[in-house]
Amino acid sequence: MDGKLLEAKNVSVDFRIDGQYQTAIHKLNISIKHGEVVALVGESGSGKSTFAMSVMGLHNSDQTRVTGSIKLNDNELIGLSERQFDAYRGVSVGMIFQDPLSSLNPLMKIGDQIAEAITVHDKQSKKVKQRVQKLISDVGIVDVQRVSQQYPHELSGGMRQRVMIAIALANEPDLIIADEPTTALDATIQAQILDLIKEIQQKKNAGILLITHDLGVVAEMADTVTVMYAGQIVEQARVSDLFNHPKHPYTRSLLRADPSEVNSGDELYAIPGTVPALKDMDHSKDLFLKRVPWLDKAEVEATVDEKLQKVSDGHYVRGNAWQNFEFLEDL
Amino acid sequence: MSELVRIENLKVYYPIRTGFFNRVTDNIKAVDNISFTIESGQTYGLVGESGSGKTTIGKSLVGLEDPTSGKILFEGHEVTTNKQKKAINYNKDVQMVFQDSQSSLNPRKTIGEIIAEPLKNFGVPNVIGAGYDGERSFDQTKINERVLALLKIVGLPAQTVAQYPFQFSGGQRQRIGVARALATNPRLIVADEPVSALDLSVQAQVLNFMKKIQREYGISFLFISHDLGVVKYMTDNIAIMHNGRFVEMGTTNDIFNDAQHIYTKRLLSAIPSLDVSKRDEKRAYRKRIESEFTQNKDAYYQQDGLRDRAYDLEPITKTHYVALKKEGA
Repeated sequence: MDGKLLEAKNVSVDFRIDGQYQTAIHKLNISIKHGEVVALVGESGSGKSTFAMSVMGLHNSDQTRVTGSIKLNDNELIGLSERQFDAYRGVSVGMIFQDPLSSLNPLMKIGDQIAEAITVHDKQSKKVKQRVQKLISDVGIVDVQRVSQQYPHELSGGMRQRVMIAIALANEPDLIIADEPTTALDATIQAQILDLIKEIQQKKNAGILLITHDLGVVAEMADTVTVMYAGQIVEQARVSDLFNHPKHPYTRSLLRADPSEVNSGDELYAIPGTVPALKDMDHSKDLFLKRVPWLDKAEVEATVDEKLQKVSDGHYVRGNAWQNFEFLEDL
Repeated sequence: MSELVRIENLKVYYPIRTGFFNRVTDNIKAVDNISFTIESGQTYGLVGESGSGKTTIGKSLVGLEDPTSGKILFEGHEVTTNKQKKAINYNKDVQMVFQDSQSSLNPRKTIGEIIAEPLKNFGVPNVIGAGYDGERSFDQTKINERVLALLKIVGLPAQTVAQYPFQFSGGQRQRIGVARALATNPRLIVADEPVSALDLSVQAQVLNFMKKIQREYGISFLFISHDLGVVKYMTDNIAIMHNGRFVEMGTTNDIFNDAQHIYTKRLLSAIPSLDVSKRDEKRAYRKRIESEFTQNKDAYYQQDGLRDRAYDLEPITKTHYVALKKEGA
């Protein structure tokens, strides 16, 4: 199975704000193979969750315009009606959200919620109870009987996230979208959940779209990485290339801002400025360069080729700025 | 180096009441017999999972929580109860920065009013710095001047005074929170997860800034966090907390390079590393620690009801303390 599981081409998402469309994602290209973990990294406001919601068809169609093409197993998703979306939402794509407490129904027992994920798509399905119990034990919960009779509030954050994963897995999806799956969890629980996701992914040969802002999580989990800034892809590479040979100024700045590898006597690199507001995003430029004050104006304002530049096999970067980029203190 | 705060055998219990007469039947031991010292001009890190009691210690220090027993000493004066805190005007010396900048700044007040609040309560010290025991002015023009000076220190423009919290990003709001904390010239700032809600690039701004004011003014921090990467960068000394008890305490170097307690090792092994090539190795190591943690619990914990209770700390070097089972016990 080497075919593309998910293929997104030139995906743009515009939100209607005060009667005008503002672009949140600009011409995004991303593809996921069976059994591959693709990480989508960026700060809040970069558009990573917006992309996940387009794949799941969760945008409000009155206020949002999604263009381009998203194909899942060669079926086009953009333009589907709500009802058509239902046929594969939760069936061929499962989603794990950041906050399990607000994504689980507080009035339903855990076992019933997982069962619902199965029966809502297949009313005739048999042996639902056995399948639910198998799912609960698959996500590493030992006390299956008791947990299936409990309510979400009775479980810890880590347990709830396991239940979310069980629901996402209920119909054996080809693609799992995990949107910040461990951000709300403690470090030790985060490690357990990440190991669990990895284990399940290898067992079922599913593709994973992992959305996170945590570079540590990316380094632990991903096969390939797409770095986003302000609705644009700035760099795409295999995980080892990205961490060992980062090219784009944004990627390099992020890695330099990480405190875990810095001596406590040295100053951290803080990226000056903030992410631009939606209405200020001019996607013909490399928007990150605005946050590199020592570049000359012509370079910051230069129009950038829409197509990413190839650095090496499988490694692509936006614009030309990376070729001569140096941090101010290294100049 | 001199001692600024000493905490001795601090206990904070929450009573559990049951039955018809609402009698106290048991206690939740949120903080269970904790002792440590914060040196002036240094940063002390408190690390633990949610529910371990680290925030409760921070709150007891600033007076938002009443200790059940134990002592808090500030420069030798006892400040355990609110009455004792008042007697030496302690509240101007200890300020707090909260995790969630959104909910800790009043949305209906301008930034100028927010930062002026502690100045109105305690007066404007003559200089900006750590600690000030001289005359304080309550003059409105002095207050306004000081607000502008504080904004400048945290790198925000003067027009900020007339704006409201919602007009700022998370990183800017967090710096406003720090400006407010700085206003009274505190000697100690309790920072409770100050950067955990921030993006990496913004987190770096706030951390650099905290280090800068420490260098310039000699302020001490009690830095509460569950992010070991940040803690390693920020702190001089660390205590690792689990279920209301310290399991290990030492210099940052002791903890990161010579961890002894299984719980500390478990926390350290869970830090995701940016080194992609060692990923499988790390996962295997993590599994090994995890199984040692579950199988070998008796060596590290005694049972106390349903919770694992760490043993008492014993020194293994001059700076490094670990809660291990005593030989022959």
